[in-house]
Amino acid sequence: MAEEILRLERVCKTYNVGLPSEAEVLHDIDLELDHGEFLALMGPSGSGKSTLLNIVGLLDRPTSGRLLIKGRDTGLLHDNELTHLRGHTIGFVFQHHLLISAFTARENIMMPMLADRGFPSAEIAARADHLLAEVGLGRFGNNLANNMSGGQQQRVAVARALAMNPDLVLADEPTGNLDSKSADAVFELMRRVNRESGTSFLLVTHNLDLARRCDRIIEVVDGRIAQH
Amino acid sequence: MNRWLPFEWIAAVRFLREGKLQTIFIIGGISIGVGVIVFMSAMLAGMEANFIRRVLTSQPQIQLLTPDQVARPLRNAAGEIEDAVVQRPSQRVISIDQWPKIRAQMLAMPEVTAVSPTITGSALAIRGDASRAVTLTGIEPDTYFNIVKVPDYIVAGSARLTSEDIIIGTELAKNLGASVGDKLNLQAASSANRVLTISGLVDFGNKGANQRVAFIALRTGQSLLGMIGGVTTIDMTIKDIYAAETIAKRIQAATAVEADSWIATNAQFYTAVQAQIYTNTLIRVFVGLSVAFGIAAVLIVSVIQRSKEIGILRAMGTSRGQILRVFLLQGGLLGFVGSLFGATMGALALIYWHAVARQADGSEFFPLILERNLFIYTALLATVTGLLAATAPAVRAAKLDPVVAIRG
Repeated sequence: MAEEILRLERVCKTYNVGLPSEAEVLHDIDLELDHGEFLALMGPSGSGKSTLLNIVGLLDRPTSGRLLIKGRDTGLLHDNELTHLRGHTIGFVFQHHLLISAFTARENIMMPMLADRGFPSAEIAARADHLLAEVGLGRFGNNLANNMSGGQQQRVAVARALAMNPDLVLADEPTGNLDSKSADAVFELMRRVNRESGTSFLLVTHNLDLARRCDRIIEVVDGRIAQH
Repeated sequence: MNRWLPFEWIAAVRFLREGKLQTIFIIGGISIGVGVIVFMSAMLAGMEANFIRRVLTSQPQIQLLTPDQVARPLRNAAGEIEDAVVQRPSQRVISIDQWPKIRAQMLAMPEVTAVSPTITGSALAIRGDASRAVTLTGIEPDTYFNIVKVPDYIVAGSARLTSEDIIIGTELAKNLGASVGDKLNLQAASSANRVLTISGLVDFGNKGANQRVAFIALRTGQSLLGMIGGVTTIDMTIKDIYAAETIAKRIQAATAVEADSWIATNAQFYTAVQAQIYTNTLIRVFVGLSVAFGIAAVLIVSVIQRSKEIGILRAMGTSRGQILRVFLLQGGLLGFVGSLFGATMGALALIYWHAVARQADGSEFFPLILERNLFIYTALLATVTGLLAATAPAVRAAKLDPVVAIRG
C-alpha cells in the first residue's frame, strides 16, 4: 500500500466569519493523495481550487476539518512549525512563475535551501546546478530571472519547487501563461520528476488534455469535490 | 554567493541593489543629513571651543572680591519707624580681609586648578604731553599667567614683569606714542607716582580693553595704590568651566567674600553659547528624524513593491523572523552606507569652510577639529536610526499574509 502524503477530512473554509459578507468557499472536502501520485485538480474559476491549494500548501488554515500531511495533523502546529513543514515537505509552482527578480536562475533555486540552512554552501550550489541541468537550463544559471522566457522561468520555478526534495509539489496552473509547446515541456518535466523521484504532484489546470495525462482527476465545483 | 554571509544579508543586499535608483536617492538623502550633522557638530564644537578659549584665557573663571560696602542704619527702639530709603555708600577700594587664608582655602578645593591674588585700581599713564586713564592690575605673574594667558596675547616685547616693568595694551601704547623699552610715568589717585619700563604690548582683540589694560607686579601695584600687603581680588580657574556658577555660590556661602563666576559676568555670552548648543542639538534631532522618515518611507514602498516576492519567500519556507531581519538589515545598511558618505562629505565641507572662513583679524573662524569619535558615533547613530526606521516596514513585511501577498 502506497504511503499517504496528504489527507483532508471534512475541510471547510469560510471567509469573513461573523460579517455580513461571510462566504463559505469550501464545503466538507475529503481528499487523499498518495506518495508518487500525480493528481489534476480542475474546476471553473471561483470554484475554490486556489483556496484548496493554499490550505494544502499550509499558506492558509481551514475554518474546520482536519488536514494531515504525512500523517501529521497540521491544525495542532504553530506558525513556525507550519513554515518548517512547508519548507521541507511542499514545493510550489505558481502560474506567473514568480521568480525573485533580484536573483539569478541558480540563486532562485538556491533560495529555499538558503532560507532553511541560513548560509550558502558548495552543496547548495551543486544541488541548484543539478536541478538546472535536470530542467534543461544548465547554461542559464547566471541569467537574471527577468532575462528568461516564460517557459524557461517556469522550468526554473519547477526546479526551485524541487530544491528541498519535497514529498509534494503544488502547481497552480503552471502552464496557464505558456504557449502549447512550452506548456507541454513544463508538464512533461513535472511528470518525469514524478516518475523518477516519486514526488507527488497536485496540479491545478484548466487544460483537459494535460489533466487526462495525470493519474487522477478531481473536479471542484462550488467548493465541493464533484467527482473522482 | 559568499558562504560567510547569511541568507538575510544576501537577500537584503540584493533587494537594495535591484532597486538601484531608489537606493541611490535614499543614500544621497542620508548622506546629506549625516553630512550636515557632522559639519555642524564639528564646526559648532570648534567655534564654541574657540569662543570659550578666547573668553576664558583673557579673564578668570571665578573672581573673589570684597563684598559690597552697605550703609547700616542705626536701629531705633521698638515701635519707631526707620526711613525706608538708605543711601548707598561710595565703594572704597579696600583689601580682601585675610586674603592669604582664603587663597589657601581655595587651593585646597579639588575643583580648583589655579589661584592668584591681584590688586586692581585706576591710575593715569603719562608720557610727555599725553596722558590716559588706565586700569592697573597688579599680579603675581607665575600664578596669574596660569589664569589669564597674558603671554599668549603679547604682540611685542615679552611677558616679563619685574617690579620695574609694565605690560600695556596696544591701543594705549599707540595713544601714548610708546613702544617696548620706553618709560611710562604712572600716577595713582592718591598722587603716588612711579616710572616703569614697558616690557610688552598685549592685544586682547578688544579695542576698549587694549586702551585701558596695564599689568604691573603685585608689589608695585600695592605700593602705587596705597594698599601695602593688600589685594582686591583673588582670581581662579577650575576644572569644569560650566560648574563655575555653582562653585562660586558655594564659595560665597562659605567665606566672607563675593564670588563672581564667568557665567554671571558674561551672562549674554554664556546664553549665546547655550543657545548655540540647543540649536545644534535641535537641528541634529530634526535632521536625524527626517533621515529616519526617509528610510522608513523608502522601505515601506519597497515592502509594497516586493509583497509578491515576500509571499514567495514565505511559501518557500522562509520564516517571519527571516523576513523581518531582511528588511531591518536594509535599514541598517542604508544608514551605515549613508553615514560613511555623509561623514566624508561633512569632513570635506568642514575642511573647505575652515580654509575659507576667516575672522576680521584674519585668524581662523573655528579650529579644525575632526575627532574620530564624532565619525564613529555618527555612523553608529545613523545605523541605529536606519534599523529603527526599518522596524515598521520590517514588521509589516513579516506580517504579510503569503496568500494575499502572492495574489498581489
